[in-house]
Amino acid sequence: MSSASHNGPSPFNNPVIKWIDTRLPIFSYIEKEYHTFPTPRNFNYFWNFGAISMIMLVTMIVTGIVLAMHYTPHVDYAFNSVERIMRDVNYGWMLRYLHMNGASFFFIAVYVHIFRGLYYGSYKQPRELLWILGVVILLLMMATAFMGYVLPWGQMSFWGATVITNLFSAIPFVGESIVTWLWGGFAVDNPTLNRFFALHYLLPFVIVGVVGLHVVALHVVGSNNPTGIEPKGPRDTLPFHPYYTMKDGFGLTVFLLFYLGFTFFAPNFFGEVDNYVQANPLVTPEHIVPEWYFLPFYAILRAVPDKLLGVLAMFGAIAVLFILPWLDRSKVRSATFRPIYKVFFWVFALDCLILGWLGANPAEGAFIWMSRIATAYYFFHFVVLLPLLSKIETPSPLPASIADAVLSKNKAAPVAAE
Amino acid sequence: MSIKRMMRVATVAVAASLLAPAVLAAEATGPKPAAQEWSFDGLFGTYDRAALQRGYQVYKEVCSACHGLSLVAYRDLKDIGLSENQIKQAIVDIQITDGPNDQGEMFERPAVLSDRFKKPFPNEQAAIAANGALPPDLSLLAKARIVEAGSIPVLRSFAAKVRYGGPDYIFGILTGYKDFEQLTPAEREAYHLPADFKLADGQHFNEYFKGHAIRMAKPLNDGQVTFLDGAPNTTAAMAHDVVTFLTWAAEPRMEQRKQTGLKVMLFLLVLAGLMYLVKRKVWANVPH
Amino acid sequence: MASPKSSPADAAALHGPEVTRRDFLFVATGAVAAVGAAAAVWPFVHQMNPAADVLALSSIEVNLSAVEVGQAITVKWRGKPVFIRRRTPAEIEAAREAPLGELPDPQADKDRVKDGKAEWLILVGVCTHLGCIPLGQKPGDQRGDFGGWFCPCHGSHYDTSGRIRKGPAPRNLVVPEYSFVSDTLVRVG
Repeated sequence: MSSASHNGPSPFNNPVIKWIDTRLPIFSYIEKEYHTFPTPRNFNYFWNFGAISMIMLVTMIVTGIVLAMHYTPHVDYAFNSVERIMRDVNYGWMLRYLHMNGASFFFIAVYVHIFRGLYYGSYKQPRELLWILGVVILLLMMATAFMGYVLPWGQMSFWGATVITNLFSAIPFVGESIVTWLWGGFAVDNPTLNRFFALHYLLPFVIVGVVGLHVVALHVVGSNNPTGIEPKGPRDTLPFHPYYTMKDGFGLTVFLLFYLGFTFFAPNFFGEVDNYVQANPLVTPEHIVPEWYFLPFYAILRAVPDKLLGVLAMFGAIAVLFILPWLDRSKVRSATFRPIYKVFFWVFALDCLILGWLGANPAEGAFIWMSRIATAYYFFHFVVLLPLLSKIETPSPLPASIADAVLSKNKAAPVAAE
Repeated sequence: MSIKRMMRVATVAVAASLLAPAVLAAEATGPKPAAQEWSFDGLFGTYDRAALQRGYQVYKEVCSACHGLSLVAYRDLKDIGLSENQIKQAIVDIQITDGPNDQGEMFERPAVLSDRFKKPFPNEQAAIAANGALPPDLSLLAKARIVEAGSIPVLRSFAAKVRYGGPDYIFGILTGYKDFEQLTPAEREAYHLPADFKLADGQHFNEYFKGHAIRMAKPLNDGQVTFLDGAPNTTAAMAHDVVTFLTWAAEPRMEQRKQTGLKVMLFLLVLAGLMYLVKRKVWANVPH
Repeated sequence: MASPKSSPADAAALHGPEVTRRDFLFVATGAVAAVGAAAAVWPFVHQMNPAADVLALSSIEVNLSAVEVGQAITVKWRGKPVFIRRRTPAEIEAAREAPLGELPDPQADKDRVKDGKAEWLILVGVCTHLGCIPLGQKPGDQRGDFGGWFCPCHGSHYDTSGRIRKGPAPRNLVVPEYSFVSDTLVRVG
């Protein structure tokens, strides 16, 4: 790495920048990775969501830190401290709603980002580790969000924490001890709240670290693209700046329109009204519902009648993502050229939406068998369908290169080398 | 089975499953409170100051006997258009427990603006002992109640979810008391009352309360509160005013939120337009 | 945009080689984004300023009707003690007659009280040396050599006007902003 910055004369004229760069090559790094970095020229807007996710992570950290200046992580004060933020702290209402809705939009961005990966085969060789790091980020996000939701100490905070921490008692032999250890007591109470606050503050910075690894891993292999064909030369790529900095900037602005639209005009749309009631350990709400981004997993958990197997199924739903690169062995990456997989991708997406809807409904009547079918299909997709399709699917003919795909789409003048 | 046929079957199955909740919902409690018209509705909604002041009067004269508003401070009443002196006048008889003094005793002192609304009972147990059930603190009630419940937002009426429905629900409760003995069989049917439904001692029949048996006696009756501005004081009018007040109490910063939101949206629309032009310019001569 | 028919070359001729119509779009967009970013930063800074409940306690009203001549009370204001003493005529005279030349921090007594309300002395009860709370409020407290207050930490003596007379404190006890709402009600802060 040290020799990279000394290849030829420095691209920088400014003496201060040169001085810093020869000692710590931040500027060369940015120049290489975010300016001239060759990026496929045929990205669609689904490629925007990685950058959007990163912006949401920063937003959550900044709003979270300023909220932490006013929040008290004690069962007797937590709920009121949040209301103090909403009423008395300057712009407190805005910071709280930004953080609350930011969580939802962070998950929206990340889910779109993941589904982009599923459709275009971004998890396939040589991007398996990139994908796995992404699943790790998703897990960390879920842990962070779960603990964060407990902090306002509303009814849903308390009871959601109780239900989910109780799950670990399903583990044979050590289950009860683990739950007591998690709680720091015999029920969700002050020790639990306090440690969740500490960990909720910590994990986002762990996420930043893993995101760093994720981006480094990406830059080693380069981005995938809608054709799934690797770039063969400069005809296939464009420098990241200004093409994708400006395109991502536009996409981000549109995303912000939605995020801030909800924040300012429907700030409680994604929430549960029961969380505006202070936690009461003696009164259980009628319907305990997690935040929407957990609903599909909640549905899977409840679909299995056995407690331990339900927990295993729920974690299995994410575990199966880790091994996806080895389940789907099709040599063709992009669903654009996989006519059968394409259809089943949409069926899978629909199944996820249905699982989400089922998670919000009580586990009664028709919802029970529907959840079981939807859960079975989820695992069927990964464990049976994908390996099967790898063997029997005949892909459509692939274009020779990205440039050829672009040209045949545009029927335009020859590509100018950049 | 061809892919097309599979898709058709899947679509029918999904559609059928989406209808299922409609079937299940018929077993639920009965009519939902109607959507009311509120001054704070919509993107440009504001709090009607006159209604807020009348609502505060209703709260003070009727509700505060049992219900606290402990997240609101007396100084916050400036937001509803009362001057500092008017607020001092309104709280002149309120004594707040303070202390301990140098003798180690708690003592009473007159309320000041920086105090939060005094709780009607010193603790929950006293409140339950006096009322048979716990009268909830009203500070957040308008945000803690909802008209539609159950499925995720997509399948609820979008408008109902966006405006929570809390105010509509509270209005429904306040105006939904009925004389149980006078109900016709058709009405009993509409409320899905079980055959053995009975009101216990201290319970009252309410159209919209879950289970229809509410412990709070009808709090508002026509003409109960006399408004200084001569505004109507029917049960519905008083309920409308007090719900407006309670919505303000739950979300005093709503107006700033919507105003700031409008500026943010306009700014972002302009910026999005500019970013789009920039993007087009940058990508103009490049096949992609 | 202003003149749709001019080419970039014309624009360059008009505006100079550095700025073209294309650059104007970039500059304008950058400027709008920068304004937005600055506007977005302000709430994050302002949230650290005192919140509404803290500001509400930035001024307090004290009822003086129970305070007898020669008596003193202490109230909490902005997190600090405030001494309110109803001075005896002897104390007022001693304060007025002290020669200014002898005072380390010269200030006339009349400048430390309100006109017509000279019997009411209102001071922030924090020693100007290193911040201890001087004695002299309670009956039986030491009041130092000048009949006012005495700081036990390093021996500063304050007189009946709260002015420093002897000891390491550099300044007189601070007189906070206050005003009489009525004869028996004073608003501090």
